Amino acid sequence: MSLTVGVREVDGVTIVDLGGRITLGDTSSGKLRDTIREILARGAKKIVLNLGDVTYIDSSGLGELVSSYTTAANQGGKVKLLNLQKKVQDLLQITKLYTVFDTYENEADAVLSFS
Amino acid sequence: MPESRSIELKLESKIDSVDAAELIVQGLAREAGFSTDDIDHLGMAVRESMVNAVTHGNGYNKEKYVHFSVRTTGGKLEISIRDEGEGFDPGGVPDPTAPENLLKASGRGLLLMNALVDEFQVGPAEPCGTRVRLVKSRSGGESEIKEDN
Repeated sequence: MSLTVGVREVDGVTIVDLGGRITLGDTSSGKLRDTIREILARGAKKIVLNLGDVTYIDSSGLGELVSSYTTAANQGGKVKLLNLQKKVQDLLQITKLYTVFDTYENEADAVLSFS
Repeated sequence: MPESRSIELKLESKIDSVDAAELIVQGLAREAGFSTDDIDHLGMAVRESMVNAVTHGNGYNKEKYVHFSVRTTGGKLEISIRDEGEGFDPGGVPDPTAPENLLKASGRGLLLMNALVDEFQVGPAEPCGTRVRLVKSRSGGESEIKEDN
């Protein structure tokens, strides 16, 4: 299943609901990148990537998360992660990306963290 | 379940081959009684290796192939993946967990492969290219991920 992307606003925070696979070759990388660019282009700086329905992510997908983070940071924004499944948590642990991202288990906490 | 099985394939340098290799290994691992965690880890390790072979090794060149083999013996699954590229020095790959590399978008494939299987080797192959060898033994329950990176 290729990546699905949905965008919504909660109290001034942009939540990006992701589902499916974030891997090389699933056209997912372009989709996520374009979404982040569009969000930043309209001036939104507080972004939460909801990974609750992401079933699979490889090193290319991790690279996309990092790119999202750096793209936002370069424009004064911040990307945080929500609802990581154990598999994704393990990957963040192995790669030490848990030191880069703020992660949350529920949406309210993630939204509140920006205030 | 069968005692041992082996599959050898010469795969084209395209993303479809990555998906095919991943599915084959996951199917054999399932058949050999590996746990869901083990199957996930094997699939991901194979995916990372195949992506490297297709993209970095063979550069999507239609005239170059990826030589893929997988063998199950008892509770062990052994995979070999060789590209036909120029080769590279694995020791020269920057540590992606070093603070100065954490925000790089790529360079995590070897780290993941090493963490997800029991034995991992990468090096030059004959007559050309790079060969990756991945070995994983069937675990009793929840699979462990190596933390010695």
